[in-house]
Amino acid sequence: MIIARIVGTVVSTQKDERLEGRKLLIVRPINLDGTDTSGYVVAVDTVGAGFHERVLVVAGSSARLAQGMKDVPVDAAVVGVIDTVDVMSPEA
Amino acid sequence: MQLARVIGTVVATMKNDSLDGRKLLIVQSLNKNLGPQGKPLVAVDAVGAGIGELVFWCRGKEASFPFKREDTPTDCTIVGIVDSEKHVSTSSESLAARYEKQITTDR
Repeated sequence: MIIARIVGTVVSTQKDERLEGRKLLIVRPINLDGTDTSGYVVAVDTVGAGFHERVLVVAGSSARLAQGMKDVPVDAAVVGVIDTVDVMSPEA
Repeated sequence: MQLARVIGTVVATMKNDSLDGRKLLIVQSLNKNLGPQGKPLVAVDAVGAGIGELVFWCRGKEASFPFKREDTPTDCTIVGIVDSEKHVSTSSESLAARYEKQITTDR
C-alpha cells in the first residue's frame, strides 16, 4: 500500500455499471515526510475520504478485495484515512 | 518477496471494514548490503513484526493470502521475520564457505 494525498475528484456519467455510485478520487502518492512524488492515480473511495486527506491506497487486484468492491473493475482503492505516521530516525 | 526493514507504523482509524484489527507498518526495502533501496511502503503485518526488525514481504494479490478468509485488501504484507542479520547471505561463495565451516565444526 502507498500513502497518498487526495487532490481532486473525477466525475464520470458513462461508466461500467458496477462503478455506479462509487466516488472516484484523484490521489497523488506522497513521501513519508508529506512531500509530493510524481504522478496521479484515480482511485475508488471505500471509506469516505475527503479533499487533502492523507490516505492509504491499495493497488492491483487486491483493490477488489476491499469490502463492497467485489467484482468491481478497479485497480486502485482508497482503503484508509491516515491519522498518524511514525517513522524511526535513520540513526536509531 | 522482498527483504525489508520495518521503520515505522501507520495509524488509521477510518478504514475499510476488512482492514479492521490489522497492524500497519512502514517497510523500507533493502539491497544486498542491507542498505535502503527504493521508496518505503505501508504493509499489513501477518506475523507480529516490530519496528527495527528485518522482515520479508510479499507483493501483489498474493499479499492477501495470509488472511484469505477475510479477503483483506492489501498489496504488501509482511510474511516473515528474519532471525538475525547474520542469517542474510548474498553471495553463493560465502554460503559455500559457511557450509564448509559448519561441516568442519561438526567434525
